[in-house]
Amino acid sequence: MPTRRAGEPTDPQAIIDARPDIPTRLTMYRTMLECRLFEERAQDLFFEGLVRGTTHLGIGQEAVAAGFAAVMRHDDWSFCSHRGHNHTLARGVPMAPMFAELFGRAGGLMGGKGGSMHLTSVEHGAMGCYAIVGANLPIALGAAWSAQYRKSGQVAFCFFGDGATNIGAFHETMNMAAIWKVPAVFVCENNQYMEYTAIASVTSVARPAADRASAYGLDPIVVDGNDVCAVYDVAQRAVRRARSGEGPSLIEALTYRHGGHSRADPAKYRPEGELEAWLARDPLALERAGLTDAGVPDEDLERIETEVRDAVLAAAEAARSSPEPEARTLTTQLWTDGSSSWRN
Amino acid sequence: MAELTYRAAVAAGIAQEMARDPSVVLLGEDVAAAGGVFKLTEGLLDKFGPDRVRDTPISEQAIVGAAMGAAMTGLRPIVELMFSDFFGVAWDMVANQVAKTRYMTDGQISLPLVIRTANGGSMRFGAQHSQSVENWAMAVPGLKVVAPSNPADVLGLMAAAIRDPDPVIFFEHKALFATKGEVPEGEHVEPLGIARIARSGSDVSIVALAAMVPVALEAASILAEDHGIQAEVIDLRSLVPLDTRTLLESVRRTTRLVTVEENPRLCGWGAEIASIVAEEALYDLAAPIVRVTTPHIPLPAAAALEDFAIPKARGLASRVRQVVEA
Repeated sequence: MPTRRAGEPTDPQAIIDARPDIPTRLTMYRTMLECRLFEERAQDLFFEGLVRGTTHLGIGQEAVAAGFAAVMRHDDWSFCSHRGHNHTLARGVPMAPMFAELFGRAGGLMGGKGGSMHLTSVEHGAMGCYAIVGANLPIALGAAWSAQYRKSGQVAFCFFGDGATNIGAFHETMNMAAIWKVPAVFVCENNQYMEYTAIASVTSVARPAADRASAYGLDPIVVDGNDVCAVYDVAQRAVRRARSGEGPSLIEALTYRHGGHSRADPAKYRPEGELEAWLARDPLALERAGLTDAGVPDEDLERIETEVRDAVLAAAEAARSSPEPEARTLTTQLWTDGSSSWRN
Repeated sequence: MAELTYRAAVAAGIAQEMARDPSVVLLGEDVAAAGGVFKLTEGLLDKFGPDRVRDTPISEQAIVGAAMGAAMTGLRPIVELMFSDFFGVAWDMVANQVAKTRYMTDGQISLPLVIRTANGGSMRFGAQHSQSVENWAMAVPGLKVVAPSNPADVLGLMAAAIRDPDPVIFFEHKALFATKGEVPEGEHVEPLGIARIARSGSDVSIVALAAMVPVALEAASILAEDHGIQAEVIDLRSLVPLDTRTLLESVRRTTRLVTVEENPRLCGWGAEIASIVAEEALYDLAAPIVRVTTPHIPLPAAAALEDFAIPKARGLASRVRQVVEA
């Protein structure tokens, strides 16, 4: 489905005209592949017992991460949910410390203190994954307010699932972001399910984000979240609006989670044929075909695929050799002085 | 020295820091145009303008969350949470987000922010606008907890809280807003985590916080005048960091400890004080430790009932007397 505003007729030609140049598309394709292969490897390593706890995979949703990351400035910020691997990778965060964080190792992005649901790399603008649904929205609003106050031109991007549109923080944030006209882009990845339950069965409107936008004076924007070029287009409009001081955007990207909610969920609740229908619109396959149509030689695509596959395997192996965290790190970094001291 | 009310000291402390550091901003419900429902932020909008002093909707999650996002990207926000009871609405932001993020990110993110809030009883507002919740905040790793008892401390501790690189919950007590006291001329900063001996004594240590400090001082006067008992009164001023050095030194000298808390009984901060003293100074004690608290109930609205609930000087004095004369 091309980019459109709800209620307006769709114009597929407009999207085709707006397709980014080939180098940008190849960058986005590479990002999507990195996300896909990283997560597939993480899943394998879960079965090997290397990844512990839980993971929330975004396999099938990579076009959203890649399309938005492609319009970000290096000093823009992204704020993610519990399903944040893709968005963290898309900012260029190296894979080895990400794997090591999933393994709970000393070389992890956060020394093993955060885990899969809290990946953060401030130097890359990846300002954290927040595992209480909806919590990242007001935090992103605050970062955007800070950019507005300091006139820094930075934009805060916030990614959340369809389930987050039913929590109070979503509504509080949309209202405040709209009245303050902050430079923020709020992206609802509507993957059709809030955890184990179809979003449609627990939501009063058909489009959980877009149908609420007008309540906050925002345009209802829906985009095909499996078409990376359509995502890129809508992302560019939103970032332009944010940087020019016109205020926030709320975008609903329609996509699909190929797997269950988390490691524990086999996703047996999905109606027959649904997964297959979405697999036929796999964002990576769609864009690979699109790039071929646009004249990119197959060997160029294969080279990217080989490079990414090798990089993922090498990163996972590097993380495997990272040691377990030392006990002394348990009580560090609660406070800015590095300690966790509460008494003298 | 100038004389200020506790209320005016709040605005003065904020103004001192806003004048010094352009990254300090204030947000909350009714804080700008109205100057705060308790008039704690009066004049700040005129002085610093609407970009730095911002009225918000009634959206406590968004207010605290926005402060957090601003703090991690270069500002030093001060949130006014109108009543400390409203922490219930924003507790995810406070306890799960603000408190944990520095640790979870292994120090990548610092959160220099202050959440100021009107705490405690005395105004007959009933159970949802009167409770003392400093012990809620104390129970969460990653929050500093400050509760001044007088205007000079409001000013000095406010400055330190705003300059602190980590999140500080700053409890302003409703019963003290109209009280007056001397404050130093010029810039005033009091380091966090240092208790103050509000009155010296040799027979018993009474440990108090916020509005319980004047109650303890009044009890100490009664004890001295009527019974010849010399009570030492320690104003903790901050629960995190906790000045156990001053506490233990005092208790070892007086050999007796009474805590007086406005929070309900179970898991009140006095329990932590009692536990520390029991672990580290038990053999210096001449009498069992006693905790005086409000009963373990929500606070009632009726004046007579609220007065029965919150510790008063006479009742405290008689408990202290039992400890000393046992």
